[in-house]
Order: sequence, then structure tokens, then C-alpha cells
Amino acid sequence: MSMRSLGALLLTVFVGSVAAGEGPGLGIEADPREVAAWDIDIAADGTGLPPGSGTATDGAAVYARHCLACHGAWGSGGLNDALVGGQGTLDGPAPLRTVGSFWPFAATLFDYVRRAMPYLEPRSLSNDEVYALTAYLLFLNGIIAEKQTMDARTLAKVRMPNRDNFIPAYPAAQLERIQPEAPE
Amino acid sequence: MPGRSPEALKLAAGNGLLHRRLFMKRGAAALGAGSLGLLTALPSRAAPSWMRAPGRPMTGYGARSSHEDAVQRLTASVPGTDGCGISLTPLQSLEGTITPSSLHFERHHSGVPEIDPDAHRLLVHGLVKRPLFFDMASLSRYPMVSRILFLECSGNSSQAGLEPEPVTDTCGALHGLVSCSEWTGVPLSVVLDEAGVDPAAHWILAEGADAAAMTRSIPLAKAMDDALLALYQNGERLRPENGYPVRLFLPGYEGNMSVKWLRRIKLTARPSMTREETARYTDLLPDGRSLMFTFPMQVKSVITSPSPGLALAGPGLYQISGMAWSGLGRIARVEVSADGGATWAEAALSEPVLSKSMTRFRAAWRWNGAPAVIMSRAIDDSGAVQPTRAAIIAEKGMNFLYHYNGIQAWRVGGDGQVTNVYA
Ligand code: HEC
Repeated sequence: MSMRSLGALLLTVFVGSVAAGEGPGLGIEADPREVAAWDIDIAADGTGLPPGSGTATDGAAVYARHCLACHGAWGSGGLNDALVGGQGTLDGPAPLRTVGSFWPFAATLFDYVRRAMPYLEPRSLSNDEVYALTAYLLFLNGIIAEKQTMDARTLAKVRMPNRDNFIPAYPAAQLERIQPEAPE
Repeated sequence: MPGRSPEALKLAAGNGLLHRRLFMKRGAAALGAGSLGLLTALPSRAAPSWMRAPGRPMTGYGARSSHEDAVQRLTASVPGTDGCGISLTPLQSLEGTITPSSLHFERHHSGVPEIDPDAHRLLVHGLVKRPLFFDMASLSRYPMVSRILFLECSGNSSQAGLEPEPVTDTCGALHGLVSCSEWTGVPLSVVLDEAGVDPAAHWILAEGADAAAMTRSIPLAKAMDDALLALYQNGERLRPENGYPVRLFLPGYEGNMSVKWLRRIKLTARPSMTREETARYTDLLPDGRSLMFTFPMQVKSVITSPSPGLALAGPGLYQISGMAWSGLGRIARVEVSADGGATWAEAALSEPVLSKSMTRFRAAWRWNGAPAVIMSRAIDDSGAVQPTRAAIIAEKGMNFLYHYNGIQAWRVGGDGQVTNVYA
């Protein structure tokens, strides 16, 4: 039995076991345009990345204005987390976990900054600004070149240094579904 | 000794641990009244002031005695913020198993949002036949279930066991990112069934309506098994700091996944790899690799009394009281040692002992006044045994932050003061 059909079988069993509880059916069908406005997440493979673009050079200016006060010059950390550095420290006595040393997926950086940063004014930056910040932080971490433009296509292709160093503890039957396919 | 069951007073393990029967049914009476307490002053002969005038009137919403005001959550937040941080349940001041809602621990990533329930919607979409919005009034009409369940932050207890030298603080300061409530809500499966799950879906993404729009990926199997859309906590609507008006609740799973202020559930083929399941809530191992998706909270117990800050008043008979819980099931047994782990006695468990819930255990201890190390270890019905600190560190090193469930040892000094020790 393939993993896929095993999954389908498991699913049938689960659905079957809770069918006892039935709801009054009060959900209101959502209009696709409303769904699109709510659907802000970006998957690890880049699905959901919006139109727009930016470079590290643009990002440096946005960073100085909106991020530096809390995360320090060049992302070196200050009041809040360091966003740069730490590569090569993860198996030592004082590991430094940053975007550059630890995060497995670049798309997550776009997703997180757009939903949650800057801390005091989340959801205030344009997609271009978030692309530019993403480019700037990836550049500072030595992952992309200074002039490289980040957009939906290029960001999905960025390979993070710590990409292969996560071991999913969730049951083996689910493993094939955990790692996103490599972007082509 | 008339009326005393000799068996109950027999030693059950070294250094004064008495048989657990002491705390069961008739056994408790065998102790004799007053033998666990100390009268500190002679009772007054005059009627107290509160018996000489009528008390205060009824109130619309109750409050505890002002004499209990010192029982507080400890709070701590990330520099530069007052809402990104934690508050810890003062375990050392509580008994039984239910955490008062006002003392339930908190972990917020960007403060507590003030949500108007009439304006709040839950969207279910992604790999479903029909994307659906639910308002809170409609959700309240769905069939509900109530369960008494613990919730624990996966970062709980790391300060108690993963510092180079043992840190002494109150039990709540060290282990208070765990609480237990009765949660009432709609099984998530009912709502997912209504939307019509596409067979290609294997995960869900849950998103909160706070300023961090906190997101986690959850296996669909868990969502369909026992996940709740919780609307009530301990009988009343959720507290804002616990997700008002609706939170996800995943019994036994690390607290962060039970997304508060739930606004969106998206069914997906694969996990979304959000910041909270990659950069955070993953366990860095000594070889530089990290465990991810370490969902269930493992079996754990801690003695809440005696514990640091609750000094023993002198040699004599004491109750050892503590809590045990497991995200894998029910607590099968708790063992207590008063000689640093050389010998163990079985503790009495207070009924009911429920799956993925908090269990109260108690043991009787005759302290001889000499320094002693007391500890507890829990075993759950999956057979999992709470490990020692040394075993955990041998396996996972000391660079990880989450899912530390080592045996907690408290040292009782000759002066009765209690400190954290690595034993
Ligand atoms: C007012 C202070 C503040 C400002 C300004 C701010 N941040 Fe943050 N940032 C924080 C805090 C606090 C956290 C931790 C949040 C948490 O742990 O949930 C954080 C976390 C992060 C993280 C995750 C770090 C990690 O390792 O998990 C990233 C990335 C980040 N911020 C990027 C930015 C960017 C980009 C900006 C500018 C647009 C910005 N921040 C502006 C306070 C700030």
C-alpha cells in the first residue's frame, strides 16, 4: 500500500469515528474574494507569495526606519532577537539561532515579517517593503547577493543553510507529507 | 493507638515516607485531627468582629478573599514589550487539579487582543469543498463537549532543569507554565465535516486574531480526533488571555498549538512551516540538528508542597502534595522518594484520574529534621516513565529549550528551607 492510500484509509477511519457529532449547518459559504483577503499565509515552497519585489539596497532603508531600534544595526540584535549571524554555532556550546543560521525556509521570513512585524505596527508595510526587508536580511546572512531581486519566483528558490537539519518527530506514516517539494 | 490502622503508619519507603493508605478513605482519619496542622496562637474567647455585624451584600461577580491577594501569576516579558511574554501559575499556592481561570498561565506573542465577539469570524477554507465563515452566535449552537484537560507550554520547566547550576525559585516560577481547566466547545471535526474535507488534505493551519497572527500547522488526524473549538473555560466564556471568544484546544499537545483568538483554519496538503514550528518550538540537539513537530507533552510530575518558599516548621508529619500529567494519556502511578531516589513509595492519587488531565497525588512523610531530598516520578498508562534529568541531558544535550520533563528534586535543609537540586 502506498503512503498516499494509507493516508486516505486513515482519513476515512478518522472521519468515520466522529461522524456521530453533526452540526446544525450554520456556516456561511465564503466568497472567494473574501477568502483571498483573509488568506495571508505563505507556504514553505513559496505558494501564496504576492506580486511585488525588492532588493537588499531598498531593504536597508526600510530596516533602518522600521526595525533597527529593536533588532540592532545589521540585524545584530539589541533589545530583541539577532536576525543575522550564528552560522556554524549550532553544534557548539553557545548556539546562536537566527534567520541565517537556523531558519529552514526563506518563504517563512516573508510570511512572518508581513504578519507580525514591525512589532508595534504589524500589517503596515507594503509587499515591496517586505520583499526588500527579506532580501536585506538574506543578504546580511550571506545567503543571496546584494543586487539580487527578491520576488515570488526568486524567493521560493532560495535555499537556507540549515534546510536539511530538521528531524520531524511526528509519526513516520506522515513523513512524506512534511517536506515541501523542492521548487523547480 | 486506638483507631489507627497500623498498616497506614507503616513505612513505605526510606527516610520516613508512610504508606499511601494514609490518604485513602478511612486512612485519613487514622492520622487523628490536628496532627498535620500547627496551632500558632491560642484562640480568642471573644466573638470576632465578623460575628457581630452582618457581612457585606451579594455581588454580581465574585472575588476571592483579600487575604489571598498575594497569590498571583508571575509575569515576564521580552524587552521593549509588555505583551510578548509569559505569566506563570503559582502552583505552590494551589491545591486540587483545576486552575482558577484568573491564575491560568499565559504565553502571548503580541499581547491580549480585545476582540468584539460580534465582529469576530472563523474562516474554514483551503482543501475543502465549501469554504465557510462562522460567527460566534452560530458556533454556540453546535453540539458541545466538556473535558477537563491540562494545557502546558512546551517551554515549561526548562529553567528548573536546563541551567548549568540549579536555580531556586518557587514551584510556580519554575514549573508554572502548566494549568488545568474544564474546556467546553465544539468538536473541530464537526465543523470540518460541514466544510467537506478534500482527501488531499493532511494538515491544517490555525491562525489567531492577535497582532502576531500566531500560526501553527496541525496534523489533520489530530484535528479530526479530539480537537475542540473551545468557547468556555471552567464554565464561563473564555478569558481574553485564553483566547476569547474562541480558541483551538488540542488535548495533550504543546500549548502553543492550541491557537487562541482563532480566526482561520486552512486545510493543506503539507505543514506550512511557520516561524512557530521552525525557528521556535523545535529542539536543537548536540549534533546541530533539530527535532521538529514534537507535539505531545510527555509524562511529568512535580511536588508543589513542600517546595521553595514553603519552609517546613520543624520535624514531624507532613503531607507531600504534587501534580502529575501526561499528554499521552492517563497517569497510572506516581512514586515519591524522600531519600534522593534510593527508595520509592507509591503516592495516593485523587480521583478522578483523567486522560490528558491533571492528577493530584499525595503522600505522608515523617520528617526527622535532617536534610533530605524529596522527588516524584510519574508513569502514564502508555507505560512512559518520567525520566531523570541526567537521562534527558545524555540524550538531548542542554541546548534545547522545550519538552523538558525531568524528575524534580527538592532539597529540604535542616532549617526546613527548600531548594532546587540536581540529584
Ligand atoms: C518594537 C520592537 C520591534 C521592532 C521595531 C521590530 N521587531 Fe521584530 N521582533 C520583536 C520582538 C519582541 C520579537 C519576538 C516576538 C516573539 O518572540 O514572538 C521579534 C521577532 C522578530 C523576528 C523573528 C526572530 C526569530 O529568530 O524568531 C524577525 C524575523 C523580526 N522580528 C523581524 C523584524 C523586522 C524585519 C522588523 C522591521 C520591519 C522588525 N522585526 C521590527 C520586536 C521588534
